Amino acid sequence: MNLLQQQLIDAYQKGLPVCSRPYLEMANRLGSTESEVIGALDELKTSGALSRVGPVFNHKKAGASTLAAMAVPEDELAAVAERVNAFEGVNHNYAREHKFNLWFVVTAPDQDQLQTALKEIELNGGYKVMSLPMVKSHFIDLGFKVKWQ
Amino acid sequence: MDEITQLRLRKAIQNGLPLTQQPYLTLARELGLTEAQVMQTINDWQDDGLIKRFGLVVKHHNLGYKANAMVVWDIPNDKVDEVGELLSLCDAVTLCYQRPRQLPQWNYNLFSMIHGQNRDTVLQQLADIVQENGLSAFNRDVLFSYKLFKQCGGQYVQASTEQISKGLSL
Repeated sequence: MNLLQQQLIDAYQKGLPVCSRPYLEMANRLGSTESEVIGALDELKTSGALSRVGPVFNHKKAGASTLAAMAVPEDELAAVAERVNAFEGVNHNYAREHKFNLWFVVTAPDQDQLQTALKEIELNGGYKVMSLPMVKSHFIDLGFKVKWQ
Repeated sequence: MDEITQLRLRKAIQNGLPLTQQPYLTLARELGLTEAQVMQTINDWQDDGLIKRFGLVVKHHNLGYKANAMVVWDIPNDKVDEVGELLSLCDAVTLCYQRPRQLPQWNYNLFSMIHGQNRDTVLQQLADIVQENGLSAFNRDVLFSYKLFKQCGGQYVQASTEQISKGLSL
Protein backbone atom coordinates (compact mmCIF):
# COMPACT_ATOMS: atom_id res chain seq x y z
CA MET A 1 0.00 0.00 0.00
CA ASN A 2 1.64 3.25 -1.06
CA LEU A 3 0.96 6.74 0.27
CA LEU A 4 -1.30 7.69 -2.65
CA GLN A 5 -3.43 4.61 -2.09
CA GLN A 6 -3.77 5.44 1.60
CA GLN A 7 -4.70 9.01 0.75
CA LEU A 8 -7.32 7.83 -1.73
CA ILE A 9 -8.88 5.54 0.88
CA ASP A 10 -8.84 8.30 3.49
CA ALA A 11 -10.25 10.99 1.22
CA TYR A 12 -12.62 9.29 -1.18
CA GLN A 13 -14.76 6.67 0.50
CA LYS A 14 -17.46 9.26 -0.01
CA GLY A 15 -17.82 12.26 -2.27
CA LEU A 16 -16.24 10.83 -5.40
CA PRO A 17 -16.24 13.74 -7.88
CA VAL A 18 -19.01 13.66 -10.45
CA CYS A 19 -17.37 15.55 -13.28
CA SER A 20 -15.91 14.69 -16.63
CA ARG A 21 -12.49 13.67 -15.31
CA PRO A 22 -12.99 12.65 -11.67
CA TYR A 23 -9.64 10.90 -11.34
CA LEU A 24 -7.89 14.06 -12.52
CA GLU A 25 -9.74 16.11 -9.91
CA MET A 26 -8.73 13.61 -7.23
CA ALA A 27 -5.14 13.73 -8.45
CA ASN A 28 -5.09 17.52 -8.31
CA ARG A 29 -6.33 17.52 -4.73
CA LEU A 30 -3.80 14.91 -3.65
CA GLY A 31 -0.86 16.35 -5.59
CA SER A 32 -0.64 13.44 -7.98
CA THR A 33 -1.46 12.74 -11.61
CA GLU A 34 -4.53 11.28 -13.24
CA SER A 35 -2.68 8.22 -14.50
CA GLU A 36 -1.17 7.59 -11.08
CA VAL A 37 -4.59 7.74 -9.46
CA ILE A 38 -6.10 5.36 -12.00
CA GLY A 39 -3.12 3.04 -11.59
CA ALA A 40 -3.38 3.15 -7.80
CA LEU A 41 -7.10 2.34 -7.86
CA ASP A 42 -6.58 -0.44 -10.36
CA GLU A 43 -3.90 -1.96 -8.16
CA LEU A 44 -6.10 -1.71 -5.06
CA LYS A 45 -8.81 -3.61 -6.90
CA THR A 46 -6.39 -6.26 -8.10
CA SER A 47 -4.92 -6.69 -4.62
CA GLY A 48 -8.40 -7.13 -3.16
CA ALA A 49 -8.26 -4.11 -0.85
CA LEU A 50 -10.98 -2.43 -2.88
CA SER A 51 -14.34 -3.91 -3.77
CA ARG A 52 -15.17 -1.12 -6.23
CA VAL A 53 -15.21 2.59 -6.92
CA GLY A 54 -18.84 3.47 -7.00
CA PRO A 55 -22.14 3.52 -5.21
CA VAL A 56 -23.38 2.02 -1.99
CA PHE A 57 -27.12 1.88 -2.48
CA ASN A 58 -29.67 2.49 0.23
CA HIS A 59 -31.15 -0.96 0.83
CA LYS A 60 -34.66 0.29 1.36
CA LYS A 61 -34.78 2.50 -1.70
CA ALA A 62 -32.79 0.32 -4.07
CA GLY A 63 -35.03 -2.70 -3.78
CA ALA A 64 -35.56 -5.38 -1.21
CA SER A 65 -32.90 -6.98 0.96
CA THR A 66 -32.48 -9.05 4.05
CA LEU A 67 -29.84 -10.62 6.27
CA ALA A 68 -30.31 -14.38 6.25
CA ALA A 69 -28.83 -17.14 8.34
CA MET A 70 -28.65 -20.91 8.20
CA ALA A 71 -27.56 -23.52 10.75
CA VAL A 72 -25.43 -25.96 8.77
CA PRO A 73 -23.35 -28.94 9.94
CA GLU A 74 -19.73 -27.80 9.87
CA ASP A 75 -18.57 -30.45 7.40
CA GLU A 76 -21.17 -29.33 4.87
CA LEU A 77 -20.61 -25.60 5.29
CA ALA A 78 -18.38 -24.96 2.29
CA ALA A 79 -20.61 -26.91 -0.06
CA VAL A 80 -23.78 -25.21 1.16
CA ALA A 81 -22.08 -21.79 0.95
CA GLU A 82 -21.19 -22.49 -2.65
CA ARG A 83 -24.78 -23.39 -3.50
CA VAL A 84 -26.02 -20.24 -1.75
CA ASN A 85 -23.43 -18.09 -3.55
CA ALA A 86 -24.68 -19.34 -6.90
CA PHE A 87 -27.64 -16.97 -6.46
CA GLU A 88 -27.03 -13.60 -8.07
CA GLY A 89 -28.82 -11.77 -5.26
CA VAL A 90 -26.44 -13.04 -2.57
CA ASN A 91 -23.70 -10.49 -1.96
CA HIS A 92 -22.04 -10.94 1.42
CA ASN A 93 -21.67 -14.45 2.75
CA TYR A 94 -19.70 -15.30 5.90
CA ALA A 95 -19.19 -18.27 8.17
CA ARG A 96 -19.68 -17.12 11.76
CA GLU A 97 -19.15 -18.73 15.15
CA HIS A 98 -22.66 -19.67 16.24
CA LYS A 99 -25.25 -22.43 15.84
CA PHE A 100 -26.40 -20.24 12.95
CA ASN A 101 -23.05 -20.41 11.19
CA LEU A 102 -23.76 -19.15 7.67
CA TRP A 103 -24.77 -15.49 7.30
CA PHE A 104 -25.51 -13.83 3.99
CA VAL A 105 -27.22 -10.76 2.55
CA VAL A 106 -29.79 -11.28 -0.17
CA THR A 107 -30.96 -8.46 -2.43
CA ALA A 108 -33.65 -8.42 -5.08
CA PRO A 109 -35.47 -5.84 -7.19
CA ASP A 110 -38.60 -6.13 -5.02
CA GLN A 111 -40.12 -7.93 -2.04
CA ASP A 112 -41.85 -10.66 -4.08
CA GLN A 113 -38.65 -11.63 -5.85
CA LEU A 114 -36.77 -11.53 -2.55
CA GLN A 115 -39.19 -14.02 -1.00
CA THR A 116 -38.92 -16.24 -4.08
CA ALA A 117 -35.14 -16.12 -3.89
CA LEU A 118 -35.17 -17.04 -0.19
CA LYS A 119 -37.36 -20.07 -0.92
CA GLU A 120 -35.08 -21.19 -3.73
CA ILE A 121 -31.99 -20.70 -1.57
CA GLU A 122 -33.61 -22.81 1.14
CA LEU A 123 -34.44 -25.52 -1.38
CA ASN A 124 -31.03 -25.54 -3.04
CA GLY A 125 -29.07 -24.95 0.14
CA GLY A 126 -30.84 -27.75 1.93
CA TYR A 127 -31.32 -25.93 5.25
CA LYS A 128 -33.96 -23.62 6.64
CA VAL A 129 -33.32 -19.91 6.10
CA MET A 130 -33.88 -17.46 8.95
CA SER A 131 -34.60 -14.04 7.44
CA LEU A 132 -33.89 -10.88 9.46
CA PRO A 133 -34.79 -7.86 7.33
CA MET A 134 -33.65 -4.47 8.54
CA VAL A 135 -36.28 -2.65 10.61
CA LYS A 136 -34.30 0.52 11.18
CA SER A 137 -30.80 1.80 10.52
CA HIS A 138 -29.03 3.78 13.21
CA PHE A 139 -25.98 4.27 11.12
CA ILE A 140 -24.86 6.86 8.62
CA ASP A 141 -22.37 5.24 6.33
CA LEU A 142 -19.39 7.56 5.94
CA GLY A 143 -16.90 4.85 5.03
CA PHE A 144 -14.37 3.14 7.22
CA LYS A 145 -11.63 5.01 9.04
CA VAL A 146 -8.46 3.01 8.50
CA LYS A 147 -5.71 3.32 11.10
CA TRP A 148 -2.56 3.01 8.99
CA GLN A 149 0.29 1.22 10.73
CA MET B 1 -34.45 9.34 -18.53
CA ASP B 2 -36.96 6.51 -18.68
CA GLU B 3 -37.22 3.77 -16.10
CA ILE B 4 -35.57 1.11 -18.23
CA THR B 5 -32.56 3.29 -18.92
CA GLN B 6 -32.29 4.11 -15.23
CA LEU B 7 -32.24 0.40 -14.41
CA ARG B 8 -29.58 -0.20 -17.03
CA LEU B 9 -27.44 2.57 -15.54
CA ARG B 10 -27.91 1.18 -12.04
CA LYS B 11 -26.84 -2.23 -13.25
CA ALA B 12 -23.84 -0.72 -15.00
CA ILE B 13 -22.55 1.04 -11.86
CA GLN B 14 -23.52 -1.36 -9.07
CA ASN B 15 -20.22 -3.19 -9.49
CA GLY B 16 -18.22 0.00 -9.85
CA LEU B 17 -17.23 2.75 -12.26
CA PRO B 18 -14.78 2.03 -15.06
CA LEU B 19 -11.22 3.17 -14.35
CA THR B 20 -10.96 5.24 -17.51
CA GLN B 21 -10.09 8.92 -17.83
CA GLN B 22 -13.74 9.76 -18.39
CA PRO B 23 -15.69 7.02 -16.61
CA TYR B 24 -19.07 8.72 -16.98
CA LEU B 25 -18.50 9.09 -20.70
CA THR B 26 -17.51 5.42 -20.93
CA LEU B 27 -20.79 4.48 -19.24
CA ALA B 28 -22.75 6.89 -21.41
CA ARG B 29 -21.40 5.34 -24.60
CA GLU B 30 -22.27 1.83 -23.39
CA LEU B 31 -25.82 2.92 -22.66
CA GLY B 32 -26.46 5.31 -25.53
CA LEU B 33 -26.64 8.35 -23.26
CA THR B 34 -24.70 11.56 -22.92
CA GLU B 35 -22.04 12.04 -20.28
CA ALA B 36 -24.12 14.88 -18.82
CA GLN B 37 -27.16 12.62 -18.45
CA VAL B 38 -25.13 10.00 -16.59
CA MET B 39 -23.61 12.57 -14.23
CA GLN B 40 -26.95 14.28 -13.61
CA THR B 41 -28.67 11.00 -12.81
CA ILE B 42 -25.95 9.92 -10.37
CA ASN B 43 -26.19 13.32 -8.67
CA ASP B 44 -29.98 12.99 -8.46
CA TRP B 45 -29.65 9.54 -6.91
CA GLN B 46 -27.27 10.91 -4.29
CA ASP B 47 -29.62 13.81 -3.56
CA ASP B 48 -32.69 11.62 -3.13
CA GLY B 49 -30.81 9.02 -1.07
CA LEU B 50 -30.96 6.06 -3.44
CA ILE B 51 -27.16 6.20 -3.32
CA LYS B 52 -26.12 6.67 0.30
CA ARG B 53 -22.38 6.78 -0.36
CA PHE B 54 -20.41 7.21 -3.57
CA GLY B 55 -16.72 6.45 -3.57
CA LEU B 56 -14.17 3.79 -2.71
CA VAL B 57 -15.72 0.68 -1.15
CA VAL B 58 -13.01 -1.15 0.78
CA LYS B 59 -12.67 -4.75 1.84
CA HIS B 60 -11.78 -4.54 5.52
CA HIS B 61 -10.21 -7.97 5.69
CA ASN B 62 -7.70 -7.18 2.96
CA LEU B 63 -6.75 -3.91 4.67
CA GLY B 64 -5.52 -5.80 7.71
CA TYR B 65 -8.78 -5.82 9.66
CA LYS B 66 -8.83 -9.57 9.99
CA ALA B 67 -11.35 -9.79 12.80
CA ASN B 68 -14.95 -9.02 12.03
CA ALA B 69 -17.52 -9.43 14.77
CA MET B 70 -21.25 -9.16 14.42
CA VAL B 71 -22.35 -8.19 17.91
CA VAL B 72 -26.03 -8.88 18.49
CA TRP B 73 -28.04 -7.53 21.40
CA ASP B 74 -31.34 -8.37 23.05
CA ILE B 75 -32.70 -4.95 23.98
CA PRO B 76 -36.20 -4.30 25.35
CA ASN B 77 -38.33 -2.83 22.58
CA ASP B 78 -38.83 0.46 24.40
CA LYS B 79 -35.06 0.96 24.74
CA VAL B 80 -33.84 -0.30 21.38
CA ASP B 81 -33.89 3.11 19.63
CA GLU B 82 -31.89 4.71 22.40
CA VAL B 83 -29.29 1.93 22.55
CA GLY B 84 -29.06 1.88 18.75
CA GLU B 85 -28.23 5.58 18.78
CA LEU B 86 -25.57 5.06 21.46
CA LEU B 87 -23.92 2.24 19.54
CA SER B 88 -23.96 4.15 16.27
CA LEU B 89 -21.92 6.91 17.92
CA CYS B 90 -19.11 4.53 18.95
CA ASP B 91 -16.04 4.84 16.71
CA ALA B 92 -15.49 1.10 16.57
CA VAL B 93 -19.01 0.35 15.33
CA THR B 94 -19.29 0.23 11.55
CA LEU B 95 -22.95 -0.75 11.21
CA CYS B 96 -25.95 -0.63 13.54
CA TYR B 97 -29.32 -2.01 12.49
CA GLN B 98 -32.52 -3.07 14.20
CA ARG B 99 -33.84 -6.40 12.96
CA PRO B 100 -36.79 -8.52 14.10
CA ARG B 101 -36.46 -11.29 16.66
CA GLN B 102 -37.31 -14.78 15.42
CA LEU B 103 -38.44 -16.53 18.55
CA PRO B 104 -37.73 -19.00 19.92
CA GLN B 105 -34.42 -19.54 18.14
CA TRP B 106 -33.30 -15.92 17.80
CA ASN B 107 -33.77 -13.37 20.61
CA TYR B 108 -31.58 -10.55 19.35
CA ASN B 109 -33.06 -7.36 17.87
CA LEU B 110 -30.06 -5.03 17.50
CA PHE B 111 -27.08 -5.78 15.25
CA SER B 112 -23.77 -3.97 15.24
CA MET B 113 -20.51 -4.67 13.46
CA ILE B 114 -16.99 -4.18 14.77
CA HIS B 115 -13.91 -4.60 12.58
CA GLY B 116 -10.49 -4.88 14.19
CA GLN B 117 -6.94 -6.04 13.53
CA ASN B 118 -7.50 -9.15 15.61
CA ARG B 119 -9.89 -10.86 17.94
CA ASP B 120 -8.46 -9.37 21.11
CA THR B 121 -8.71 -5.78 19.90
CA VAL B 122 -12.34 -6.33 18.90
CA LEU B 123 -13.23 -7.86 22.27
CA GLN B 124 -11.49 -5.00 24.06
CA GLN B 125 -13.38 -2.44 21.97
CA LEU B 126 -16.62 -4.22 22.78
CA ALA B 127 -15.81 -4.29 26.50
CA ASP B 128 -15.16 -0.53 26.37
CA ILE B 129 -18.43 0.08 24.56
CA VAL B 130 -20.38 -1.96 27.10
CA GLN B 131 -18.78 -0.16 30.00
CA GLU B 132 -18.94 3.37 28.63
CA ASN B 133 -22.58 3.06 27.64
CA GLY B 134 -23.83 1.04 30.60
CA LEU B 135 -24.98 -1.93 28.50
CA SER B 136 -23.85 -4.79 30.73
CA ALA B 137 -27.42 -5.69 31.76
CA PHE B 138 -28.41 -6.66 28.21
CA ASN B 139 -27.83 -10.09 26.76
CA ARG B 140 -25.52 -10.10 23.79
CA ASP B 141 -23.59 -12.49 21.64
CA VAL B 142 -20.45 -12.02 19.53
CA LEU B 143 -20.36 -13.80 16.17
CA PHE B 144 -16.85 -13.61 14.76
CA SER B 145 -16.55 -14.49 11.11
CA TYR B 146 -14.09 -17.23 10.28
CA LYS B 147 -14.52 -17.54 6.55
CA LEU B 148 -15.55 -15.16 3.81
CA PHE B 149 -17.42 -16.95 1.04
CA LYS B 150 -18.57 -13.93 -1.01
CA GLN B 151 -18.34 -10.13 -0.92
CA CYS B 152 -19.60 -7.78 -3.62
CA GLY B 153 -22.04 -4.92 -4.07
CA GLY B 154 -25.76 -5.51 -3.71
CA GLN B 155 -27.18 -6.81 -6.97
CA TYR B 156 -30.51 -5.01 -6.90
CA VAL B 157 -30.87 -4.94 -10.66
CA GLN B 158 -30.61 -8.49 -11.90
CA ALA B 159 -30.41 -10.04 -15.32
CA SER B 160 -32.34 -13.05 -14.14
CA THR B 161 -35.48 -11.31 -12.99
CA GLU B 162 -38.82 -10.55 -14.50
CA GLN B 163 -37.39 -7.24 -15.67
CA ILE B 164 -36.16 -9.30 -18.57
CA SER B 165 -39.53 -10.82 -19.23
CA LYS B 166 -40.90 -7.32 -19.41
CA GLY B 167 -38.60 -6.89 -22.36
CA LEU B 168 -35.74 -5.09 -20.72
CA SER B 169 -32.35 -5.82 -22.09
CA LEU B 170 -29.93 -5.32 -19.23
